[in-house]
Amino acid sequence: MPVREIDGQRVWKLRTTRAQWAIWAGWLVLVALFVWCWQVMTEGTIWTFVLDAPRQAADIGGRMVPPRWSYLERLWWPLWDTINIATLGTLLGILIAVPIAFVAARNTSPSALLLRPVALFIIVASRSINSLIWALLLVAIIGPGILAGVIAIGLRSIGFIGKLLYEAIEEIDQSQVEAITATGASRAQVLDFAIVPQILPAFAGISVFRWDINIRESTILGLVGAGGIGLQLQSSLNTLAWPQVTVILLLILATVIVSEWVSAKVRHAII
Amino acid sequence: MIAGAVGRRWRRPPVLIKGARTRWLIYAGALVYLVVAVGSIEVNWTRVAEGLERGWRFVQGFLAPDFTSRSRDIVAGLVESLTMTLTSTVVGVLISVPIGIGAARNLAPAPVYLVCRAIVILSRTFQEVIIAIFFVAMFGFGPFAGFLTLSFSTVGFLAKLLAEDIEEIDEGQAEAIRATGASWLQLVNYGIQPQVMPRLIGLSLYRLDINFRESAVIGIVGAGGIGATLNTAIDRYEYDSAGAILLLIILIVMIAEYASSHIRQRVQ
Repeated sequence: MPVREIDGQRVWKLRTTRAQWAIWAGWLVLVALFVWCWQVMTEGTIWTFVLDAPRQAADIGGRMVPPRWSYLERLWWPLWDTINIATLGTLLGILIAVPIAFVAARNTSPSALLLRPVALFIIVASRSINSLIWALLLVAIIGPGILAGVIAIGLRSIGFIGKLLYEAIEEIDQSQVEAITATGASRAQVLDFAIVPQILPAFAGISVFRWDINIRESTILGLVGAGGIGLQLQSSLNTLAWPQVTVILLLILATVIVSEWVSAKVRHAII
Repeated sequence: MIAGAVGRRWRRPPVLIKGARTRWLIYAGALVYLVVAVGSIEVNWTRVAEGLERGWRFVQGFLAPDFTSRSRDIVAGLVESLTMTLTSTVVGVLISVPIGIGAARNLAPAPVYLVCRAIVILSRTFQEVIIAIFFVAMFGFGPFAGFLTLSFSTVGFLAKLLAEDIEEIDEGQAEAIRATGASWLQLVNYGIQPQVMPRLIGLSLYRLDINFRESAVIGIVGAGGIGATLNTAIDRYEYDSAGAILLLIILIVMIAEYASSHIRQRVQ
């Protein structure tokens, strides 16, 4: 027990002297690192622009109201595209992620030495690259349009669904697998009757959760030309049509709230 | 039960949707939606066919990345991204702690609770990219706008999770501290902080990881960082440089994920 002496009396204290110094040194390093990073980062910052920001904000805010509601009727079609990008992209992601998850899970992987690292790398690569970057690449490769958006969302979803699904597969109750195996079932039958029923609720929950995230992400894919409501946002921003920007942002807000509500309802019904 | 089942083949009951009619309705609805949705996608197949050659060049660029010819831009972009990540995470955590405490039902009075919840909702609804567009318009191009964007979204993320964590603490410990006649600050310091600290550290590390990934994106709209470099590389059709940047992003994310899970295991 760490103690210290005060007037010859031993008094309890929380940490040993060494632990206290280590924590203090840790904080010192963090603060020093922060200050250094701050200096490197703000080297090129023009402070007059920063000081000017409140005026700019007031200016933009003033231009954004009142919203131009008549613009709304031209947004329904892009909104439909946005929802399609998210939904079809999620489906594409699921199609690719499910086999990868089974390869990546330790207990179902066909070859833990050779294929498992490949599957894990695909998952990490897909997770580290944002869907907007995938969209940027795909627009350059296959041209602007919804297809690029769908594929971008799909590629990003592989990592998310794959990771959560393979963790769910690794956490299944092994005794059910043994019971099915004991009946003389083949590997495919074990998969079908022992593993799939256990992970199906988790799988449905993960998919709906990802769909919800994808709705959010697909609203901005248009900024790089991959279709959806982001295209309208981009053109409104380029023409400085701030009242239209307000309408678009409010519509995005409403869509996000609805999709979050749907996803919460569905997940609640499943789990 | 058993007598009725004799001689009949066992069929597996449906796992997710029990009612047969709702199940078929959902299947039919999904099918109709799929047909309509796929039908509404316009694809210019000649453009796609033309692009496949470029796609192949990108794959080659990814397999044989070129780190050297744009190394100065890449290093500058990475430095911006990494410094932006660290500063925004630190500032975001510092701001999110009071807001998180304020957004916890069991600690804050109702008016404070509502204000803090409103801040959390505001910062969580919009994509980082949309926020970045506004900050770039207000503060000018460069990493400072990116720093503000990332700090802002860190606050929403951390404050929400911290508030939920505080609401789920063991009330007994807070009660015991309160019974000693402690002030509100002492209650937070001795009754609540020890319970939520491990999770707060874990969440901060997780957010550090997310912030780096996001810093690679917001550069596309002018908020500095490696995303700007990547955008330029793709615009110039320099796929080997773009491949190098993507590989570096993946590598750094892997290192960050591994390190943060290691630290989290030690803390928790």
